[in-house]
This record gives sequence, structure tokens and C-alpha cells, in this order.
Amino acid sequence: MRLDQRLIAGMIRPRTRVLDVGSGDGALLDYLFRNSGCDARGIEIDMKEVTRSVAHGLPVMHGDADHDLAHYPDNAFDYVVLQRTLQAVERPREVLRQMLRIGRYAIVSFPNFGHWRLRLQLLTSGRMPMTSVWSRPWYDTPNIHPCTILDFLTLCRDEGYGVQQWMAVDEDGERAPWRRSIRLANLFGEQALFLLRRKDGPRS
Amino acid sequence: MDNAIPATSLSHQSVTFAEGLPLDCGFHLAPVEVAYRTYGTLSPARDNAIVVCHALTGDQYVADPHPLTGKPGWWSRMVGPGLPIDTDRFFIICCNVLGGCMGTTGPRSLRTLPDGTQEPWGTDFPPITIRDMVRAQKLLVEHLGITRLLAVVGGSMGGMQVLEWAATYPECVFAALPIATSPFHSAQNIAFNEVSRQAIFADPQWHGGRYWECGEIPARGLAVARMMAHITYLSEAALTRKFGRRVRHEPGKGGAGGPGSLFGEMFEVESYLRHQGSTFVRRFDANSYLTITRAMDYFDLGAEHDGDMSHPFAGTRTRFCIVSFSSDWLFPTSQSRLLARALNRVAANVSFVEIESDKGHDAFLLDEPDFDRTIRGFLCGAAEHAGIA
Repeated sequence: MRLDQRLIAGMIRPRTRVLDVGSGDGALLDYLFRNSGCDARGIEIDMKEVTRSVAHGLPVMHGDADHDLAHYPDNAFDYVVLQRTLQAVERPREVLRQMLRIGRYAIVSFPNFGHWRLRLQLLTSGRMPMTSVWSRPWYDTPNIHPCTILDFLTLCRDEGYGVQQWMAVDEDGERAPWRRSIRLANLFGEQALFLLRRKDGPRS
Repeated sequence: MDNAIPATSLSHQSVTFAEGLPLDCGFHLAPVEVAYRTYGTLSPARDNAIVVCHALTGDQYVADPHPLTGKPGWWSRMVGPGLPIDTDRFFIICCNVLGGCMGTTGPRSLRTLPDGTQEPWGTDFPPITIRDMVRAQKLLVEHLGITRLLAVVGGSMGGMQVLEWAATYPECVFAALPIATSPFHSAQNIAFNEVSRQAIFADPQWHGGRYWECGEIPARGLAVARMMAHITYLSEAALTRKFGRRVRHEPGKGGAGGPGSLFGEMFEVESYLRHQGSTFVRRFDANSYLTITRAMDYFDLGAEHDGDMSHPFAGTRTRFCIVSFSSDWLFPTSQSRLLARALNRVAANVSFVEIESDKGHDAFLLDEPDFDRTIRGFLCGAAEHAGIA
């Protein structure tokens, strides 16, 4: 399991209902079931990964964030997780709305387009930045909705989502030290991880 | 065409329920005999039972040789020691469906008339539904002393039964594995069934369904029905791969006249379908075919709920695993996805996999390694969640 998945698992209370949207190889689902006693289920777009997960006994269905969340009833889950995918969905704002409709909490991680290396590349070369995180050319990238940590916070404010917890994460998934200043995190964090609650959601 | 009357006197393992069954049509069918096979050993806690439901023309001989054809069981590559549905771990039950012709009460069974004489039900056999089939299976499962099934598994019409099991007896079904199936029978599939039935009706040897009186069977009509249906079980890619445009030269065979005549040569695919048709009539009863295809046509999970297919599953705790095949145009993935989303609407625990295959609907009976892994993994996961070591 990736290090940032451990951070996500740390945000999830034991014995809760979890939907992992983009569950990949199912590592987080497996961890949450075995270590936290969670009712953890997945949605995954890559059929090979779906087959692999189900063959490991994990409850995963083929689908994607844009089209399949709308079918779940309100409050079906305690947590809905979207890992490193928000920038690749068709309608990020709608996906977040659905996540916080069907779940009490949303856990969202995404690559931060405000990282200094991207800013510097654009400034110096005048071309779309390419890094190990943003590794595909503009015409070929699935990442159609990149955003910065500040952009994401603005959206959360506009939508009225409460930020229960946030952290910057480096590329390996290790928690980065920029926990006090959002501006520093936006400059130095390669990935961001947010725990959101809905407008009327409980503070805890 | 081989006009031999199928062996009605075969003895099958069965149990008779004198009290019978109330059917969806309002008729009380009694007695009801359920013919079945079991494989593996029921655990002392009686918690390792899996019901396998067969498709339209299947039967209870899942994993041992068919008593009429001598061929291996229809799912012998899936059910057995060490196989995905592992008889070393699980106790497998498979019944011949209600309305069938392999020992369970159906149109070929004898009924007692008011004057005390006996004759086969024939087309007077009451119309049955998929749910009636499941009710009959439930009688058997209770008779075997089992209160909760670890899983119910089936493909095609067997998948319809799986869904009815989960909808009708949710507390009895820990896990459900509907394969290559649909939450309702589509207009296209009803249309295919209707052509099959018309082929049988059109055979003069059908005699209005009372063919037993003349010692005949509507072999030609039933064979045509089977040939047409068989095309729907395959795919264009599978037909091309298996037969292409190859021609079989058989002097003196293939209809009118020799070389140079209109039907002097036979395409391989024609020969194959004829073989499928002629072997089928030896083992299957025409009136059963009519009864069972009609039951499929009536199948619609949303029918009693204003079309809401999720309603029958409200509050379900069953773990579902829906499997479809990419080249299946009889029960296409889109219908499985409708089912998956209906189950999502009630927040059911659903896995949903589409297996990449060019073998069409029949893929669930054939060698598909990803499919095998899916079945094995889902059942192992279900067993783990059910607390079975």
C-alpha cells in the first residue's frame, strides 16, 4: 500500500462504511477490511484491476466517478474516497457533490498544480510543465482538470464544505512538513490530501 | 431426424413434496417432485451449501456425466474438487427446474384426471415463473436441513433464478452470483423465444401438445428451435473462428441431389447447427421448452414495483457479484450494468465484472481464465466474510 494510502486509512474510523472511488488494485480496501473491520467497497474504471480485485474477494464494481456515484442513495457511506483522480474526472465539482451526498465525509487526494517546480518550468520555458507527477504532454494527458491547493480550498468554501483535516504529501506519499501554512503547502506540496465534511455535517 | 422418444423412465435422485406449491398464476401444484444432484459434503454447521441454477436447457447434472448423452456435466469445468466452485470446500446442490424434463415436475409428468386415469400434463401444465422455480428449490434446500445458503450461482436463466433467490429469500442467501443475465427478459429475447415456440407449433408431429398419444415427438420443430437459439448463444467472431465459410462435401447428403444442385454442399456452420438440433431433441421435451421459455419471458424484477428493479432488494445484506461477457449480445453488459445500478440504489454490496471474451453468451460455460478467477475469488471472499474457514 502506498504511503498516502496509509494516511487515508488513518483518517477512517474502524468499522465504518467506505466507498473507494478508483480503488485500483484494491490495496486500501483490503487494508480497511482486515485492519479496521470496515465495510469497504470499490469502484474502478480499469477492468483488469476490477477482475483482479474481485478475484481477491474484494467487492469492486466496474464504473467511474462521473457516472456511477449518482445511483447511490444519500448517506450510503461514512466515507467516500477519491485518490489522485479528481484532476481526471469530467466534472470535479459534481463528483465532490455526489461524494458528500452519498457519504458523510469525503477524502480527496490530488496532485498540486501549484508546486514550485511546475511554476518555475512554466515561467522559464513558457511551455506546459512536465514532471514525474504531470508526466504526459498536454494533448495526451487524462488530467483535464488540474488545480492547486488554493483553488481547491476556494471550491470547498464556495460549496460550503468543511475542511476537517488537510495535509501536503510528497510524491512517495510521505506526509510533507507544511502543515501550518497553506501557502507554503501550495508551493512545496506535490500532492494534497483533504478530509471534507458536508455543509450540515457534524464537527468532531 | 431421430424420432426415438426420450427416455422418460430414467430414474433421477429426487424428493417428492406431497403438499406441493402455490404458483404465481394462482394454481396449487401438488405433488411436486424435485430432482437434484449434490456434490461435496455438507459441513456439520450446514453453512457451506451453494445452489447452482441451470439455464434453459440445462439440468441437475452439473458435474457428472449426463445419463442420456453420456457427455460430461454441463459445468464440470467449474464444479469439482479444487475447481472454482470447489467441492472439497463447499456442498453443491443443483435441481432440475420446475417445468423441466429431467425428473422435476413438468409437462411430461403424469397427472391424475378426475376419472382416476393418468396422463402427462402436456400443454395443460400451469404457466410457471422463475420465482416458482426458486420456490421449488427452496423446498429442497429446507428438506436438506439448510437454513442459509453460502451462495446461489447461475448463468443466463440460472442468473434469473439467482436474482429471484436473493429477492424472495434475502435472509437465506449470503452471496449471489448472477452471470450473463438480466433483471428482465428483453423484447429481443422474447422475440427469439417466440420464433422457437412457433417452430415447435408448426411441426405436425406436435399434435397440439399431445404428441405422446401418437408416440411421436415434434423433433423437427424442436430442432429448428434449438438451432435458432444456438446462434444467439454464440457471436459472429466465434462462428467465424469455428467455421468461417468452410464447406463440407458429403456425397449423397445435404438435401436435394448431388453436386451442382442447390443444396449439394453444406457449410460447416449448417452441419454444426443440424447436429446441435438433432442431439437436443433426444434429451429435451418440447412442452418443457415451451413452458420454460415462457417463464423466462415473464421474468421482470421491476414488474411488481412500477419498473423499479431495485425495490425487491431494499435492505438486502446479500453480497452480489454480477458477471457479464463483452461479446454476449443475448444478455449484454448493458443489462448487467442496469442490474448493478439498481443494486447501487439500495446500497447493496455489489461487485461487477465484464469478462473480455469473443465467445458470446456461451462464454460462461467455456474456458475463460479471468472468469474462473472471478468466481473462485468471489466465493472465497464470501466464505471468509461468512466466517467459514
